[in-house]
Order: sequence, then structure tokens, then C-alpha cells
Amino acid sequence: MSPETQMYLAQGIHGLAYGMLLFLVASGLTLIFGMMGILNIAHGAFFMLSAYLCVTVLGATGSYWLSLLIAPLGVALLGILVERFMLRRAQASGMGHIAELLLTLGVSLVLAEAVKLTWGTEGLQVNVPSALAGLVNIAGLEYPIYRLFIIVLSLVVLALLSLVLFKTRLGTIVRAAVSDPGMVSALGVNTQIVFMLVFGLGSWMAGVAGVAAAPILTVFPGLGDQIGMDAFVVVVVGGFGSLFGALLAALFLGELNAFGIQFIPKLSPVLMFSFMALVLAFKPTGLFGERE
Amino acid sequence: MLFRATNLNTYYGLIHALQKISLNVDQGEIVCLLGRNGMGKSTTLKSVMGLVPPQSGAIEFQGRSIFRALPHKVARAGVGLVPQERRIFPTLTVEENLLMGVKAGCQPPKDLEPWTLKRVYKHFNSLERRSRNKGSQLSGGEQQMLCMGRALMGNPLLLLVDEPSEGLAPLLVKEVRDVLLQINQAGVSILLVEHNLKVAMSLAHRCYLLGKGFVAFEGTMAELQARPDVMAKYLEVS
Repeated sequence: MSPETQMYLAQGIHGLAYGMLLFLVASGLTLIFGMMGILNIAHGAFFMLSAYLCVTVLGATGSYWLSLLIAPLGVALLGILVERFMLRRAQASGMGHIAELLLTLGVSLVLAEAVKLTWGTEGLQVNVPSALAGLVNIAGLEYPIYRLFIIVLSLVVLALLSLVLFKTRLGTIVRAAVSDPGMVSALGVNTQIVFMLVFGLGSWMAGVAGVAAAPILTVFPGLGDQIGMDAFVVVVVGGFGSLFGALLAALFLGELNAFGIQFIPKLSPVLMFSFMALVLAFKPTGLFGERE
Repeated sequence: MLFRATNLNTYYGLIHALQKISLNVDQGEIVCLLGRNGMGKSTTLKSVMGLVPPQSGAIEFQGRSIFRALPHKVARAGVGLVPQERRIFPTLTVEENLLMGVKAGCQPPKDLEPWTLKRVYKHFNSLERRSRNKGSQLSGGEQQMLCMGRALMGNPLLLLVDEPSEGLAPLLVKEVRDVLLQINQAGVSILLVEHNLKVAMSLAHRCYLLGKGFVAFEGTMAELQARPDVMAKYLEVS
């Protein structure tokens, strides 16, 4: 393989890995928005918190696998508590979505400060687990195994999510509630419990992404900001509430990011936003969305 | 008495949409809400369902209060809703839409034959062929049938039906009318909002005529027909 082909392949896999991570974060965001009409600003903070929990569990047990199990569950629990005891009250306040927006903004600020108080402001490192360390040879290209693992892990989560959404009664309810939660409750379903579960599920997926990303990034309090913003772009481009749209947009924007850095590094930070503006100019609902 | 609402007051912000509305539906009845647009017919149904909670008043269903109950509690008590906008789930298949109507863990009423997919398909022939299609792919008439079938899957004792013939071709209007009659004969009581006076006359036992948020007239359909002055004042001239 020529060095040029190798570069394309490497950037392609890079983009795929980031795109899949982006999907894990964005799918929770889009489900929560579709069902509850809430743009969860704290979503990126959940991603960041999970990476920190990973550092702590790793320090205590020495097992990356254990932290991959525990940290996202911890974040999911926090998500459920935030929904049950804070968001639900904000919704009942009658102030409309502005109350919920401010609340999630507040949660993200509190989490960022709490993380600084607990873990300090220094960047922390998570080592790649020994079983996944090293490089693998893909047709002559030496590629880090761990990044391939991120792709596989994301695919497993995606498969689990599809299984729940398309093969269970709860999944049918969630898909129905994404388009019309009021009608779902008029059919006898307690949507408040469903909201809580979906909020927990979305937080869990952000948590999985946080642990998966920890070994390739530096864990610092602003860790969630970039991916939170990117996930927001994914949700807008894919269409609010559309999982399929989120998947396609995440993969596309992942590649756009990877090749943007390669070819036009100076412009790469604005590429995503330019693309979002372009999509919104021609289709204000996003590619697969029904709502503006 | 199956259903009784007393002195319902409902507000949209500062707008007093329902002003002391009282109405009742007896077991086996079809009761029609009539009136011009914007008089509060749909709001009455939404208030009963809990989708737009009333400020004050009382609502009893089978002797138990469902006043200001959450929609899912009202539904599980035995009330079904066929809303005006139909509100089919666009990304779900026809069959999934119907299954959404099943109230998990709710016993169907003892003396009524429970509704199953098979029974719904028997009543709404066009739906069976479309069972694997997405809700968004249906025509207006099919959506109306699906919407009724979905409500029936929950085995309601009382069905709230909002403008079922709106926007449908005359042939479909007749089909909707016939289906409502069959449903009623199967033991389901119906509170119907209907614009088409002919359809209402042919279906309902009694009616309530709404003025701007209040009950202007109540009585049997024959009593209404004997009052051309009331009809002229509160109904659209057609």
C-alpha cells in the first residue's frame, strides 16, 4: 500500500472511531430531545464525569473493564436522579422549556466545579488497557488496536440499543413517545417513568463514550465541551429526535473532522458548523427530522 | 351513570375556554357535542382526558373521580381517545400503532368482548393489508381507521371521538359512521364531537350544544330538531 493510501485509510478509521463515539453521545441527546423537548446541556458534562469516574475506579481496582462497567452506571444513576428530582419539577413549574434549559445548564456548571474540587484541575491520564495496547497491521498500516476497540464497543452499544428500541414493548413506547408523548400517555402509558428511563439510558451511553474516550484523551474538566458541542451539531444535522439521522450525521461529521484536520487544519474547527448551517439553510428540520 | 362531568372550568392561559360545562353519558349511549368552531368542544374532550387539566369542577367515571387525573390514569380507568388530529405515530408500523393501544396490566371489562388485532382488522379491512406500512404512509381515511382501532385495543368503556369525519370523502364518512355504530352496539359508549350535523343526527341519542364555552342546549336529537331557533343561533348554517 502506498503511503498516500495508508494515510487515507488511517484517517478514515480515525473518523469512524470519532463518529461512533459521537453517535453514542448524540443518540442520548436526540432521544431525550424528541421525547421531552429538552435540550440537555449537561449531556457533555455526563461524558466528562464518566471519564473521571473511570480514573477513580481504575485507581481503586486496577481494572479498566470494571471501570467500563461501573462509571457509566454511576452516570446513568445520576441522570435518573436529575430527571426525577429536578427536571420533573422544572417541567411542573409551568415556565416552559426555558426552565429546563437553565436547569441543565446549571447541572453542567455544578458538575464542572464538583469535578475540579474532587479531582483537581490538572489533566489526568488513563492508560490503554494492556490487552488492547499496541498496534495491529491492517494491510500494511500499523494502527492502534484501542481505536478499533472503540469502534467495536460502539457497535455493540448500537446493537443493544436497536434491540431494545425495535424488539421490546418499551422500545415501541419510546419510539412512539419521541414523536408524540401526549398521545402515548392518553393511551394509558405512564410517560414520566419512560422519560426517567430514557434519561438514564441516554446518560449511560454518554458515560460509555466517556470511558471509551478516556485513554485516548487527557481527562480534564473541559473534556465534555467539545464533544457536547459536536453532538449538538449531529442532532441538529440528523434531525431532532431521529436516531437514524444521528447515526448518519455522526459518521459523516466524524469523517469530515478527520479529513478536515488532515487537509485544511486551519478550517477544520468550523467545518462542522458550516455544514450544519448549510443543512439548516436547505432543510430546517435536519436531514431526517420532522421538527424545527 | 357511566360518566358525569359537573361545572368544568378550563383555562388556556387567561382564556376561559370552558365555563361551568356539565354533561353526562349513560352506559350504551352515543352523546354528541355540537357547536361552531372554537366553542370548546375539543377542549371538553381534552379536559376529560386530562390532556388540558380543568381548573375546577368534578369528573366521575363509573362512580370514581378522574378529575385532574393524569392522562394515563384516565385511560386506564377505561376512557379511550380518538383525537381530531388523529395523532398516529408516524415512525411506527400500523401494527405497532395498534399495539400501542394495549393497556398492559389492565383487565378488559368483564361483559365486553376484548379487542384483539384480529378483531380490529375484521372491523377495519384496509388496515390488515397495511399492517407493515409506517403510520406516515397512510391516507387520511386509513389514519382515521387506525386511530379508532388503536383506541379500541385498550378496551375502553367510553370512547371520546373528535371530528372523525373531518376531511374525509363522503364514502369514507359513511364508513366511519357505520363503524362507530358497530362499536356502540358492541357495548362501547361514545362521546362524539361532530361537525357534520347529518352524521350526528343519524348516530347520537342525545346532544349538547355549546355556545362560547357553555352549554346552550341539551336534549335528544328530536328535541333539537324541534328548535330551529336554537339551531340557527348556535350551529353553522349549511
